[in-house]
Parts: sequence; structure tokens; C-alpha cells
Amino acid sequence: MSDKIHIKMTVNGKPEEFLAEPRELLIYTLRERLNITGPHIGCETSHCGACTVTIGGKSVKACTMFVAQADGADITTIEGIGGPDDLHPLQTAFKEHHGLQCGYCTPGMITRAAALLEENPNPTEEEIRFGMAGNLCRCTGYQNIVKSILAAAAEINASKEAAQ
Amino acid sequence: MKDEVTRDERVANLKGMGCSRKRVEDARFTQGKGNYVDDIKLDGMLFGDFVRTPYAHARIVSINTEEALKVPGVLAVLTAADLEPLGLHWMPTLAGDKQMVLADGKVLFQGQEVAFVVAEDRYAAADGIELVEVEYEELPVIVDPFEALQSDVVLREDLVGEGGTLPDGAHGPRKHHNHIFRWEAGDRDPTAQVIAEAEVVAEESMYYHRTHPCPLETCGCVASMDKVNGKLTLWGTFQAPHAIRTVVSLISGIEEHNIRVISPDIGGGFGNKVGAYPGYVCSVVASIVTGKPVKWIEDRMDNLMTTAFARDYHMTGKIAATREGKITGLQCHVTADHGGFDACADPTKFPAGFMNICTGSYDIPTAYLEVDGVYTNKAPGGVSYRCSFRVTEAVYFIERMIEVLAIELNMDAAELRRINFIKKEQFPYTAALGWEYDSGDYHTAWDKALKAVDYEGLRAEQAQRVADFKAGKTRSLMGIGLSFFTEIVGAGPVKNCDILGLGMFDSCEIRIHPTGSAIARLGTISQGQGHATTFAQILASEIGLPADSITIEEGDTDTAPYGLGTYGSRSTPVAGAATAMAGRKIRAKAQMIAAYLLEVHDNDVEFDVDRFVVKGAPEKFKTMKEIAFAAYNQAIPGIEPGLEAVSYYDPPNMTYPFGAYVCVMDIDVDTGVPDIRRFYALDDCGTRINPMIIEGQVHGGLTEALAVSLGQEIAYDDMGNVKTGTLMDFFLPTAWEVPNYETDHTVTPSPHHPIGAKGVGESPHVGGVPCFSNAVQDAFRPFGNRHTNMPHDHWRIWKTAHDLGLHD
Repeated sequence: MSDKIHIKMTVNGKPEEFLAEPRELLIYTLRERLNITGPHIGCETSHCGACTVTIGGKSVKACTMFVAQADGADITTIEGIGGPDDLHPLQTAFKEHHGLQCGYCTPGMITRAAALLEENPNPTEEEIRFGMAGNLCRCTGYQNIVKSILAAAAEINASKEAAQ
Repeated sequence: MKDEVTRDERVANLKGMGCSRKRVEDARFTQGKGNYVDDIKLDGMLFGDFVRTPYAHARIVSINTEEALKVPGVLAVLTAADLEPLGLHWMPTLAGDKQMVLADGKVLFQGQEVAFVVAEDRYAAADGIELVEVEYEELPVIVDPFEALQSDVVLREDLVGEGGTLPDGAHGPRKHHNHIFRWEAGDRDPTAQVIAEAEVVAEESMYYHRTHPCPLETCGCVASMDKVNGKLTLWGTFQAPHAIRTVVSLISGIEEHNIRVISPDIGGGFGNKVGAYPGYVCSVVASIVTGKPVKWIEDRMDNLMTTAFARDYHMTGKIAATREGKITGLQCHVTADHGGFDACADPTKFPAGFMNICTGSYDIPTAYLEVDGVYTNKAPGGVSYRCSFRVTEAVYFIERMIEVLAIELNMDAAELRRINFIKKEQFPYTAALGWEYDSGDYHTAWDKALKAVDYEGLRAEQAQRVADFKAGKTRSLMGIGLSFFTEIVGAGPVKNCDILGLGMFDSCEIRIHPTGSAIARLGTISQGQGHATTFAQILASEIGLPADSITIEEGDTDTAPYGLGTYGSRSTPVAGAATAMAGRKIRAKAQMIAAYLLEVHDNDVEFDVDRFVVKGAPEKFKTMKEIAFAAYNQAIPGIEPGLEAVSYYDPPNMTYPFGAYVCVMDIDVDTGVPDIRRFYALDDCGTRINPMIIEGQVHGGLTEALAVSLGQEIAYDDMGNVKTGTLMDFFLPTAWEVPNYETDHTVTPSPHHPIGAKGVGESPHVGGVPCFSNAVQDAFRPFGNRHTNMPHDHWRIWKTAHDLGLHD
């Protein structure tokens, strides 16, 4: 089709450089080109948030952003949030409080929650419900997701205090 | 050797039944390492996608694929003409009908599959789809089943014989060319007589709208035909992988041992992923044609428009009672809109599923049910969206009829329920429509629920609110939604339950390793229910090895024993029973090994938590870990080496979970916005395996109930256009709309299930829908509301208020 464009980006701390069609969507780049399959596709209309990634501290739905718009971006996906040796408190809390069932929304949900806790380290339940409203879950009814995020916030704040 | 660990500690170490064990699935999901079908990548894999019709009813004049084939990256475009020589242009449905795989001369619903474009990637496939030229000739569209039964327009010419004769369908005679079946249960004339002679009769018509399970992950598959070895591997979002293997074998002619079906991680199912869809067949054919693996993944619009709608029941009821409120009879007629093909996913002998559970939790001596299935120009499906076959419709029907009868009798609806409940001592209870309810204690559950919410206090508050509203002090009304439901799950006994002739048993195979760990494989497949966690708990309690030492594996037909899969809350009632029974076979052999090692007679040892002990001498024992090793390293006379077992469990009956729900809602009369103040849910699912997971299932089921009752629908316009094809229009609640739920329980174990468990995943959806709906309707009862149809979105609630003159 059209001419390819030159893209440079950092994904989970790793520099990436490639040629892509301007119409390529970021979620496609991540999943198909870079084999980063944590972010999922649920709606392709920005409603469900299964594809949520963080770009420059902001939550972005990768299913409706062209890779051309992400040229030069610093992107974090669930894979960059924590792994077996350095679990993020949210990853621990979601397991501890049964904040997931089928797991399909979970990468986007945790990625969004991590950005939310950066924006607001002490959210109320209401602020969590409002701040997470862009991420849909069909299994949990959200109650345990809210509980998980509250628990992770407390954990993060406690370890910050301990470090001071 | 003196045992220093206490018995309680030994029990706790097992993490067996009854404990809130954390889920073993969560590590991979929270780290983005799940393996869903769209994550599968194979060398040279192609991508297939459909050309779909924009028309709901049209003849296909021509299909031109020439330009599409010129697109770089497009390898093939399949049409019905390509599939016909293979006999694959049509496929059998689960309901005994047949369905076009690709449009054969005409289309019957918007979004129907017309051609399959196979390309190197999704973008090339999309470009190819744009360039396939299809010429249509529009035909009259029928989206109303009542109109369909009057119309001269024939939707399915393939089902009309010579001279316009109507051959019988899979479920008997058809009365019109757009009629599919009539299904009856109960006694027609005696019921009519009871109603004719009753002191009080309440009548109501209600429409349970069409909706969709809409799991977050859509349907999809990867088909890979290995031409060297003659083996087909099919990965997919299958809720019933073994049945899919059999179906693929039957329709493709590939021998079943040469087909391997794998369900990887599944991102929610809720009934959407039970059926067999054209995408599966086309992917298999495309893989055979191209010699490469082919992936097909629905987008959200494909999903909502074409695979697996739910509900769409027009129900009319009459309920008869004495003036004191004792129900004497119930009549129900359903006009069921099945769309263009009858692809409902029900056991073969039940074309309307278990709709004949519609007498609910009540002792109703006489009843009659009649269901007419009808073809229209809407998508096929008719799946059980988070419920056992049509139970959601049945429970909604009876719980609305009870409310309407309460209005007719000018009686409190909680009291009306109480005086009609089946009594504890009546179980096992045979209902007028035939089912034998295994167990229940409804009065205890109801009293506990009403007490927990202070029902009397709520009614007093509501009366005050009405007075304040009438005095102009508030514009908010208060609704108290009640529901008491009985589910019928765990399909089912092979004597009356099969799908395509396959009995609905299920299975478990256990292999104990020498060091005392184990693997168990089942015929079911988790889609978020946490089987890997809970089935290990059942086994831990049965065989005395820690749940943490037991791997549970499902979904690979090359390794797992045959089973009918996971839907209709059947995993715990059927496969859970098989697991317990296989565990007991392991234990029986372990007992013989222990007796040999302890040098006593088999009957002189007994099982205790994690070991066999010599009766009367608890210091003499062999742990299950020791026994496992002995099974592999000792030559024991008369006993084969190894420690394995398999069980295929044919349940003697269904299980009947029940529950009592109360919803308290404030409604803004001027905006129609409901505010769910409180939701109390008491569930009785029999023996509780993992309370944490049960609670999670209840939260999720209630939220899907909230969605369906308060806004979620698949709506069509008169031209057959789907008006709710994206998540912009199709309501999925967010964290913002959903309340915190209060959960509670009673425990009435199933008498026929090996561990007394009944299943829980779907109960909250089944009981929740009428509860939310009743809350809305109850708010308007003091102003003359009798019944309004769901979904109660803001506009419809506003309209109800408006029609009752509350804006005057």
C-alpha cells in the first residue's frame, strides 16, 4: 500500500526501530511485530481498555493509536510493570484479593491502575471506580478489582514510608 | 515415629475443600503471560476474515473475487461454490438444523458470512474484503416472529418440500414455513380448567429482549493441517473442545484420531463459545487448501452481530391462585425468535432448553408450557448466556408472574413467595412440568435474606418516600427488588441429555507421581472459573495430597479424557463429581498398598486426612506420599504397579442451586437514572469448595445481570440492521455503575452428588436479572405500574415515569 515510515520507540526500556505502514495500529505493532502479547484486543473502539499501555505516564488505548503517532514514544506494557522476580504490588494484590478471573482484561487493568496510582497515590474507592471506568471487566463485577487497587496503594505507601 | 504436626495443621496443609485458596492461574495472567488463541503464532501463519452481508435478507446474484485476489498478500478467497464440492458449504447446528457456512444463494441476517479472504496478515485480508464484489437482490425483511408466522415470505426455502409441503423439523411437525417447532410440557387441559375455575388469575405478557454474552475476548481459532502426517490441529476459544473435535470429524471426514483440538486460555465465555461457527470450518478448509496454518479472530462487531445471541423470548403467562394467595396453576406460552438458522445450544431433546423449570421455587400443582420456535432475519444463536439452558428466561418469567399476582391480590410479594415455596420436607420434589428437584430449604434462605436487609424497615422507608414524593418533597422513588430462584444445572444424565448424540457425562483422569505429586486431566475447560485451583482442592481432600502438589490440565483432546465441556454450570456438578470419584479409586488402591506396607488386612486401615492409619493404633500409619512412592518401587503381590485412575461420571440427576436476592434502588423520576443502594445475595450452591471463588462468581454474575436488566440489548431496526454492534451502543457496565454487593449463603448439599456441590457460576445471573428488574418495577408499583419490559435503561425508566403521569 502506502509508503512505509521510519519509527523509533522504546518499549519496556528496550529501543525498537522499524519501518511501518502509517495505518498500522500500535496494538498490532506491539502484539504482531514485537511479540508483546500482554496487551489484548477487546473492542478496537477504545471502550474496553484491554489494550491499555502507558506512554509518558499517561494511559493510552493502543487499539486506536497509529504507530506513527507513537514515534519517539516511551511505552510501558504489563510486561514492563513487573515480572517473576520483581512483581509490582498491584500484581500481588490482584492475586491476593481475587481481582481477576479469565485474565483477559487483567494486563490492561493493572497497567491502568499503575498509572492511576502514579497520578493519585491515595485514591478513595470512588476515585478508583471513576479512574478505572475506561477498563471493562466481564467477570469480576469490579468489587475485588477496587479492593486490589486499594490494597496495592496501601502497600506502596507503606513501603515508601518505610524507605524514608 | 511421633507425629508432631496436629491434625488441624495437616488438614490446612492440604488446602482442600472449603478453604479460600488463592488461584494458581493468576501468576501468568497478572504478568501478561496468558496464552489466548490470538497469542498463538506459527511459522507461515495466514489470517482469514469474512466478507459479510450488509443486507438482512437478499439473494446473491454474483460474487466477483478477481480484484481481491490481486491485492498483495491475499492468497485465496473462498465462497460457497468452493466449499460445495467438499460438502462443507452447509454445516449441522447443535439444534438439529443446518446452517450455511458461506452464503449459498441467499443471506438471512445482517453480517452473515459470504466469502472468506485468506491473506498474509490482517491488513491484507481487510484490503481484500473491500474488493470482493457481491451483487445482492434485496428481499423483504422480517425481524418480528409474530409477523414471520403470518407472512408469505419464505425465509428457508431449503426446508420447504415440493408443492409447498412442510417436512417435519428436528423437533416434530411445523405449522408454517417460518415455524421451527412446537414444544410442550405439562398438562394442557387440566391447566386450562384450573385457570378457568380459579378465584384469582393474573395475566401478563413480557418480552425478554435479545442480548449477547459478549466475553471480552471474541471467538477465534487457528487451524493447522499437517499434510505430511495427516494431522489437523485446531486451537480455539472452545467451551467444549471434545465435542468440537467430534463435530469437525463428522463434517470434514477427517478421522477423529487425526484431529487434535486445543482450547488455550479463554478470555471469558458465558455461552458465546459453545457453538460451532463458520469461522472454524473456513479456517480448517483454508489450511487444507493453502497448506499453511490459518488464524481467524472475530472483531467485536462480528462477535455482537453474528455469533451467539441470547434470549429473545416473547412470553405470555397466566397464573391462578386462591384469594389467600395459594397458587393453583400456571400457564406459559413462548414465541421464541431463533433467527435465520436454528443454532440454539441446548441438549438435543430440549429445543427450548430447560424452560420447563418455569414453575420456579413454588409448589404449583398444575402447569402447562408451550414454546414455538420461529425463523426471522436475525442472527442465529440462542445460547445460554451465563445460565443453564433458558433458565434465565424461566426464572424471569415466574418471578415477574409472582409480582404481577401480588399486585392482583394486593399482597406483599415476599409473603406471597413464602406461602408458595416448596417446603423442605417435600424434597425430592417432582414439579408439575417434570423435573425432580433434588434438595432445598427455601424458607430458611428467604427468612435469612429478609432479616439481613430489614425488609419491614425497607417497606416502611419506601412508604414514607412515596408520601414525600406525593407531597412534592422529593423527586426520587425507592424500589425494593425481590427474587427467589431455583436453577437447574449440571447437564446432565445421559438418559435424557445429549448434544448431537453425545451423552453429557464428564470425566477425570488422575496420575499420581512417585514423589507424591499428581496431574489430573478433565473433560471440561475453564474460561475464568479457576478450575486449576478448585479441582485440585477437591482432589486434595479426596486423596490426601496437597492441592499445591496437583496440576490440573484441561482443553487438549489428545491428552484429556472425553467430556462435554464447560457451560450450564456443569463443571462442578459433573466433572467435579468425576474428580471425586476418580480420587476415590486412587484411595481404594492406596488402602491396599498401605495395608500391605503396614502388614495388616485391608479393612484394618482407615483414611485420615493425608494418610492411612491402623484402626485403633494411630501411631501406625503410612502417608499418601509414602504410599505413592511404594506404588512405584515395591512389588506388591496382587497389585499392579503405579497409581492412576479414571472416572466417567454420568450424573443421576441435575443439581438445583437456589438463592434469595434483594435489591434496593433509588430512581430519579426526572432523569430515569437508577442508583443501586444495596444488593444482598444469598446463594445456596450446596457444598462450598472455595468461598473466595464463589464470591467472585457471584459478583460477576450479578454484574452481568445488572447489564442485561438495565440496558444491554441486541436491537434491530425494521430493515434488520443491528443497532447495537459496538461497545458504544451495547451496554457493558463499568466500575462506575456497579455497586458493592453483599454476599451470604446457606448450605444444602446435593444428596446425589459425591461431594454435595451444585454449581454457582450462573446462579447470580439467573437470580439477578429479575431482582434488578423487580426493583425498577416495584418503585412504580404505588403509581399503578404492573409490568414494563427490560432493558430498563434511563430512557425507558423515564418513559415509565412519564406514562404514569409522574412528570405532570
